[in-house]
Amino acid sequence: MSPVLNNRYAIVAALALIVAILPFTFPSGYYLRVASLVWVSAFAAIGLNVLMGKAGQVSLGHAAFFGIGAYAAAIGPAHFGLPSWAALAVGACISAALAYLVGRPILRLKGHYLAIATLGFGVLVALVLTTESRWTGGPDGMSVAKLTVFGWRVGTAYAWYWLSAAFLLVGTWVALNLDDTPTGRALLALHDSEVAARVVGIDVARLKLRAFVIAAVYASIAGSLLAMMNGFVNPDLAGFQHSVELVTMVVLGGLGSVVGSIVGAVVLVVLPQALTVFQEYENLMLGFIIIVSMVFMRDGIVPMARKLVARAR
Amino acid sequence: MSEFLQFFLSGLTVGAVYALVALGFTLIYNASDVVNFAQGEFVMLGGMVTVFASAAGVPLPFAALIAVCVAVGVGLLLYWLAIAPARGASAVSLIIITIGASILLKGAAQVAFDKQFHKLPSFSGDGSIDVLGASILPQSLWVLGGTAVTVLLLYVFFERTLLGKAVLAASASRLAARLVGINTATIMALAFGGSAAIGAIAGVLVTPITLTSYDVGTMMALKGFAAAMLGGMGNPLGAVVGGLLLGLLETLGAGYVSSTYKDGFAFVMILLVLFAMPQGLLGRRTVDRV
Amino acid sequence: MLVVKDIGISFGALKAIDGVSFSANAGQILTVIGPNGAGKTTLFNVISGVYVASRGSVELCGEDVTSFAPEALAARGMSRTFQNLQIFQRMTVAQNVMVGRHLKERSNLFADLLRLPSVGRQNRETRDAALQLLEEVGLRDKADVLAGNLSYGGCKRLEIARALATGPRVLLLDEPAAGCNAVETEEIDRLICRVAEKGIAVVLVEHDMKLVMKISHRILVLDRGRFLAEGTPAEVRENPGVHQAYLGNRGAKEVQGA
Repeated sequence: MSPVLNNRYAIVAALALIVAILPFTFPSGYYLRVASLVWVSAFAAIGLNVLMGKAGQVSLGHAAFFGIGAYAAAIGPAHFGLPSWAALAVGACISAALAYLVGRPILRLKGHYLAIATLGFGVLVALVLTTESRWTGGPDGMSVAKLTVFGWRVGTAYAWYWLSAAFLLVGTWVALNLDDTPTGRALLALHDSEVAARVVGIDVARLKLRAFVIAAVYASIAGSLLAMMNGFVNPDLAGFQHSVELVTMVVLGGLGSVVGSIVGAVVLVVLPQALTVFQEYENLMLGFIIIVSMVFMRDGIVPMARKLVARAR
Repeated sequence: MSEFLQFFLSGLTVGAVYALVALGFTLIYNASDVVNFAQGEFVMLGGMVTVFASAAGVPLPFAALIAVCVAVGVGLLLYWLAIAPARGASAVSLIIITIGASILLKGAAQVAFDKQFHKLPSFSGDGSIDVLGASILPQSLWVLGGTAVTVLLLYVFFERTLLGKAVLAASASRLAARLVGINTATIMALAFGGSAAIGAIAGVLVTPITLTSYDVGTMMALKGFAAAMLGGMGNPLGAVVGGLLLGLLETLGAGYVSSTYKDGFAFVMILLVLFAMPQGLLGRRTVDRV
Repeated sequence: MLVVKDIGISFGALKAIDGVSFSANAGQILTVIGPNGAGKTTLFNVISGVYVASRGSVELCGEDVTSFAPEALAARGMSRTFQNLQIFQRMTVAQNVMVGRHLKERSNLFADLLRLPSVGRQNRETRDAALQLLEEVGLRDKADVLAGNLSYGGCKRLEIARALATGPRVLLLDEPAAGCNAVETEEIDRLICRVAEKGIAVVLVEHDMKLVMKISHRILVLDRGRFLAEGTPAEVRENPGVHQAYLGNRGAKEVQGA
């Protein structure tokens, strides 16, 4: 196993380097926007990876938390006069609380029961966001106030690029931190053999719940960032299709690999953008990517790449 | 009273469609342990292909037949290209694959057809029939009747024919079935094809009432799945009971509680069933061996 | 240490265990034997909280722990290994044992997420303790090998090391020598004796009769979920009921005639 890829400082440094260099290769502001979208999606994917890759649970409704964060950033300023950054924090707290409440009964389920329960949860949240139009603007969504930090209005494409990248770097570092810690080991143990983990004294129910809450907070923050970046939200952000996209990012990149989640986000955000000529073919492409990656690249891009590198040595 | 009867009858009608979708789920689940999310797309194909074939001049019954054949073909391709190559993948991976397939089929329909809503003419006219103060569309009777016939045929197939028993055997234990000479690949193909046919039939029957479009599949799959879970995953009778119950619950809920949250009833119910009785109404509890 | 009274559990209409009682004392090795299907692993699963008993009680050091979850039992000093190996395949050998130390670690989610210096210190302590245990089971030199790559006998010893890491007072070993060759079995039997010498109450399920006769202080015989006999190895060896259960009527007569 490559020492570089395993050292968390090296990974964050490499990522920071890429982030710093990339804008110089961009011919226009459009690319900055796409990159910002990648950073935000990757942030959400990393959180979901903690739940799916490390704890070994599945959530087909994760976009719900993304949506909650997004709408918090919209509703907070619009209906409560909250400053945007405060709305982001409130959104994260709401998501954490909801994840805690809902997670307790849901995480007792396993396998496809868990998948369907989380799916149902996600659909319900999206439904509420679509229906309560007095608060949420209904199916057409609502606009979001711009973020102001210490009087400085974050509006340009550059500003959002750096801000979202900063969040991604911190989020990556935190997720990587987990690995060589008691919690990280407990998560891996839970994933490999839940009964053995219990027998050794690990409170698996509490651990799963913690992973669920962590993942929810990541998604919520990502949602708030996206909302403020785009200046607009709509219920699709919490929808089933988005949940599926998030899961695909994690799985495609490699379950359990933080770098993998970033790679997955890159693929799933850049590909449709690169092929905008095929606007109508978005669904076709997404479906195809999912099938091909799950059938032929079951382990994910990063683990497969590692194996190739190891074999080449 | 007549209002209640009205809701009851339309609830049964939509419930019958859910029952068919749930039956399709159950058939595939029993044969292969796969939860097939693309089930809803078979319903969509049933409706959409019939619409476009009949618009191209094919008489309605043949258009419906073509639609069913297309769906069956798609079902078989789904099995051969997406499920069979993924042998040994975890249950969750398989669900994700079928979700991918449903998105792909939706995308294909979007490109091959269009994004509009489409209607089929009712099979025997639109004059509503008066039943004890409530009115019921003749098409509803077609739906209910078609569902009843399909359920009956499936029952006969499973209980009375050798092939049907082979499917049941394969679902109880694939290895044991292979050891006694049952060709499980054929069984799978049969399950996927049959499931697709059932879904397509449901689509054809219900399109005159509810219209169809390229993306009706997702909701249909989710609700059909909710119905299958309610009745007990893997139990065909449960699928029918679950479907009818879900349809009633949804329509009565929309009528008496909240029509804006109509779609939500199915999902609230999935969650309640999973929390309280994961085995469903007619299912059996399982224990893990360590 | 461990007192089990009148345990019963049914799966549907099948009474897998029906009224089994025994006690295990510190420093002693009690082996549970019985023909296949006698319910030995089921008994372990009930005692260790993996299954919930329909009736009966389990007492650990005087405290009633019936129906406690496995993690609660681990906190109270009960640990076990598994017949069908439940090692953590994707972690190294050392990490497997380190997980065993989970209860002894001071773990705080925020400290872990931020990797505060205390986490590094904790990791070192845990790893040292793990290496020591690996030394005892003879796996020290394989500490950083992926657990999935270990030999079968090695995996068995790894599970024991992990179980010991929790610092148990009662250790349940489910077929620790199953599938091991003569050399590995010898190593495991010496390991088990050393564990008992530390004052831990060891309850063993085993099929290897030579091993059982050699190291057990007492033997409990189950047949079809019911208590059949209990006593020292010598007593059990002569028990006609035991002969009958294992060898059938004719076999029993042959043994007794011999």
